[in-house]
Amino acid sequence: MCLGIPGKVTETYREHDVLMGKVDFSGVGKRVCLEHVPEVRPGDYVLVHVGFALSRIDEEEANRVFEFLRQMNQLDELKAPSS
Amino acid sequence: MRFVDEYRDTDAAQKLADAIASAVTRPWTIMEVCGGQTHTIVKYGIDRLLPDSVELVHGPGCPVCVTSLEMIDRAHAIASRPDVIFCSFGDMLRVPGSRGDLLQMKSHGGDVRVVYSPLDAVNLAAANPSKKVVFFAIGFETTAPPNAMAVFLARKRKLSNFSVLVSHVLVPPMITAILQAPGNRVQAFLGPGHVCTVMGTKEYEPIARRYKAPIVVTGFEPLDLLEGVYRTVQQLQAGRAEVENQYGRAVRDEGNPRSKQLIDDVFEVCDRKWRGVGLIPKSGYKLRHEYRDHDAERRFEVDAIETQESSLCISGQILKGLKKPHDCLAFGKECTPQTPLGATMVSAEGACAAYYAYGRHLDLEKAQGRPSLGLQLVGDR
Repeated sequence: MCLGIPGKVTETYREHDVLMGKVDFSGVGKRVCLEHVPEVRPGDYVLVHVGFALSRIDEEEANRVFEFLRQMNQLDELKAPSS
Repeated sequence: MRFVDEYRDTDAAQKLADAIASAVTRPWTIMEVCGGQTHTIVKYGIDRLLPDSVELVHGPGCPVCVTSLEMIDRAHAIASRPDVIFCSFGDMLRVPGSRGDLLQMKSHGGDVRVVYSPLDAVNLAAANPSKKVVFFAIGFETTAPPNAMAVFLARKRKLSNFSVLVSHVLVPPMITAILQAPGNRVQAFLGPGHVCTVMGTKEYEPIARRYKAPIVVTGFEPLDLLEGVYRTVQQLQAGRAEVENQYGRAVRDEGNPRSKQLIDDVFEVCDRKWRGVGLIPKSGYKLRHEYRDHDAERRFEVDAIETQESSLCISGQILKGLKKPHDCLAFGKECTPQTPLGATMVSAEGACAAYYAYGRHLDLEKAQGRPSLGLQLVGDR
């Protein structure tokens, strides 16, 4: 929850007048709020805290951090159901 | 040094460790603020890679651990109501309250649901108009923007059946309280990287200046932590006390201005009680008056609750840096991640869980050689 998890934006859309998107976390897809990183486009990588993107990061950093979090068993929150 | 071999970049790690060792001429005590940093330190044995004169003290930077017992009990009281769907991050389900935990409440028929995001709880409110949906909004500054967005959206969507039980905590007042505590030995901090992604680094500058304590905003990978310690030690040795940003890959000095604006629109700063630590002035967020209709504490009137902590658990002293996990008689015996007595064993980011996960209950010799910190925080209970 405290550590942001990097993911790849695959789609952006607006919902209730808020910028949302689909983000892929190495095979796990989640709906993520992108309102605070409005510059992102599909293909970009973002650092996501509990369904909310806080910053844009580059691909190399995203892949390294994701692999590190996997080693640290810090990806459990992705298992929680989304609605 | 077997742990060095586990680093991806062993050379770089060893070079940094050597640089730290040759820079140090006297003892220093450095606190890492974030629970994620504690985990990396324990897993990779970074504390054991440092010279004996550099001690790392684990900070209270785990929001699950510091959520007050009163607030946990309020959550339980609300979750036990038949008209409520109670939503929480998964970490909170097994945190012991005075009478059991949320998981037990679920097994007794309470509608307790783990959600990935507070925004999912808002959707649950829309899908279940006959139920009252409550989200347990805990966390440091990193979860404040998503929690604020959930409340903002619920109001915008006129979802009057959605409310939040807010127990937000803030890093700068916490480290100020540590520095002000009588007998404090912490001389510098590794600042929390992801918190600063939101808030930036500027609010730490007055603290570094006033208390002459270097604060190096640091990431949470092994090399980040070693570099953070190196930069901190360089400042300490040179008599400097500045805010530095080791984690420029994710942290800008100004943070995320949009997130800071949303937080400010929805929340205001309030006094907050920390589990095991006590009241720290102006150390939390609560909902602004405009959003009071979404305040679960107000809606369910859960103020008068009597609390009772485990008599064996010393998580309070661990959170304050007074004791280390293996100083506890119950550690690894009565208290394990499967049967936690206190919050520092429950949360993946808690110091006890980190020590247990990486086998430190099996080797206690280091603990016996380490002095405990003489730290007493304000408002201790």
